Amino acid sequence: MKLKGAEILLECLKEEGVDTIFGYPGGQILPVYDALYSSDIRHILVRHEQGAAHAADGYARATGKVGVCVSTSGPGATNLVTGIATAYMDSIPMVCFTGQVGTAFIGKDAFQEADITGITLPITKHNYLIERTEDVAAIVKEAFYVARTNRPGPVVVDLPKDVMERVIEYEPVQADVNTRGYRVMRGFNAGQVISAVELIKNAKRPVIYAGGGVIASNAAPELKQLAERRKIPVTTTLMGMGSFPSLHYLSLGMLGMHGTRYANYAMGESDLIIAAGVRFDDRVTAKIDGFAPKAKIIHIDIDAAEIGKNVNINVPIVGDVKEVLQSINQRLEAAEAVGEWLATIDRWKDEFPMVFPESAEGRIMPQDVVERIYQHTQGEAIITTEVGQNQMWAAQFYKFKHPRSFISSGGLGTMGYGFPAAIGAQIACPDKKVIDIAGDGSIQMNIQELGTAVQYKLPVVICILNNQYLGMVRQWQALFYEKRYSFVDISHQPDFVKLAEAYGAIGIRVTKAEEIDEALSRALAVTDRPVIIDFLVEREADVFPMVPPGGTLGNMLGGD
Amino acid sequence: MKKHTLAVIVENKPGVLTRVATLFRRRGYNIDSLTVGTTENPSISRMTIVVQGDDSVIEQVTKQLYKLVDVIKIIDVTNEKAVDRELVLIKVKADNTVRAEIVQIVDIFRARIVDIGRSSLIIEATGDSTKIDAIEASLSPFGIMELVRTGKVSMVRGTK
Repeated sequence: MKLKGAEILLECLKEEGVDTIFGYPGGQILPVYDALYSSDIRHILVRHEQGAAHAADGYARATGKVGVCVSTSGPGATNLVTGIATAYMDSIPMVCFTGQVGTAFIGKDAFQEADITGITLPITKHNYLIERTEDVAAIVKEAFYVARTNRPGPVVVDLPKDVMERVIEYEPVQADVNTRGYRVMRGFNAGQVISAVELIKNAKRPVIYAGGGVIASNAAPELKQLAERRKIPVTTTLMGMGSFPSLHYLSLGMLGMHGTRYANYAMGESDLIIAAGVRFDDRVTAKIDGFAPKAKIIHIDIDAAEIGKNVNINVPIVGDVKEVLQSINQRLEAAEAVGEWLATIDRWKDEFPMVFPESAEGRIMPQDVVERIYQHTQGEAIITTEVGQNQMWAAQFYKFKHPRSFISSGGLGTMGYGFPAAIGAQIACPDKKVIDIAGDGSIQMNIQELGTAVQYKLPVVICILNNQYLGMVRQWQALFYEKRYSFVDISHQPDFVKLAEAYGAIGIRVTKAEEIDEALSRALAVTDRPVIIDFLVEREADVFPMVPPGGTLGNMLGGD
Repeated sequence: MKKHTLAVIVENKPGVLTRVATLFRRRGYNIDSLTVGTTENPSISRMTIVVQGDDSVIEQVTKQLYKLVDVIKIIDVTNEKAVDRELVLIKVKADNTVRAEIVQIVDIFRARIVDIGRSSLIIEATGDSTKIDAIEASLSPFGIMELVRTGKVSMVRGTK
């Protein structure tokens, strides 16, 4: 069969099971778009390439499949960069196709030329520049393989225009991917599992610390089984939200800088931490010297380089979290909790519940909005967030039931992520309610994607917790810079209701607490277009409790 | 801090050197020297990287290198019985009054004179790093005009 490089590319996508891609056309990617014109692959046209990358990422997080995005060369490709870095930090499987100038022009500073493989080198799991049409099939196959196996991550494939235009004889590649330097991790060290089981059997104050790896390996059922079988309390990272039900009696909620006091106290008193699919990020450990001082640590992770990177580990187990937890569970009989540990935790829960103060100005409290969103959706919605206070309040006050229901930029902390990610999640899950919990700062970073959401009739609900500040920065300025509010007042802002209407979306403004429920009911009933709800909230509400920078987990500010 | 010598077997593909070098820079590891060349298999290159750090740093370096798709194998030859070699070219000031003395030093180190100028000599020497350091120190009183070292290459002894 004689095919153009671009047609081969689409054939390969179909072989990988790709039915939806997010992209934006341009000069050097024209051959691919010409092939898409007569293809049954669904292409979602975004309004900015960053939106394509985040949407592909949101699609991947909501489904566990590899997200795919496409851009042209030069500025199109560089516009993907923030989205690629976001996916890299959170280990999200993604393949990004970028147009490139023809092979004869590479290195000549041609129009819209950028060295995107060079630029994305430190923020991709791997990347490729395809130099021959004959290599398209093998490289695309390898790209998907690398993106989704072991610790997942984004892969960039750069497509010179002439490589996409050239016609060759094409036979589908049947052989498995065989790379000398990249092997899929299989199995794990059973001896280490036995050591871990012994520690668990003898632990008096165990805690499970679960992260994004539990979700990536679909290990939530195994996690729940381990927790329930041995009555071990579970705290999750931001990336791990949804891996364990928030309302479960063993749930400690989130730990770390803005975690619950009881989660952080439990880490401080624990004698055994079972760390599953986590990387001991600084937002979790706080001051490393004071992290879990009394505990031995079992660390389960697919990435050997994470073991011992930040914290010394007693029992490392390199392997797939799901398989390792299954093996641990097989070796453990059910047992009641030892001694007073759960009672101690319950006492902390009673003493330091997650609460928020009433508004001093009679305004809406942002945490109240998040709680009501939960009441309206009962943990069945997919929640995406922007970054800042909105992100932390969403994690603290929404109650999660399912994995893949909390989609947030944890590692890179990308403002402007939540809305395009919500678009990707809504495309992936048309029957779910998808809600972006946003701030008035973040939402303006990718507000152009309203055009996309309206075009594809996506009923994403954007809840702007509008305090007319860059709230998290303001909070830090208040706490650590003597309230010198340097360039955080963004009260000069558009009328979000009119803005929504200008795009053909629905806009609702809510200024009183009594109006929250009605607005949510109205928004959640919409099925054919996005809705912005502009909640005018208490301007100086803070995210508490909080471990101040440089502090230890046990010493938190506020929220008591 | 201890110096470690890593033999890193990689795919002979464009950009591999950049990937390895970028990883060292990004993670904040210091490269003392790096040499690279093809092997008996033209699709495979071998890098010899000398890096400073305690054992935990070297462990991280190794694990991070293994994550690169183009890295096939890493051998820490630091504690192996290995042959280490480096080559140096030294241009040294050498008028008639000191030439004989320099020739004597060259002989002692089993080095070679590879170029003779009106008032200078170029000396080539190979050996392990301590020998290269020693010849450099011995010649420096005469005035070293230019010096270039290749960095170390290593090979484990025996059949291993």
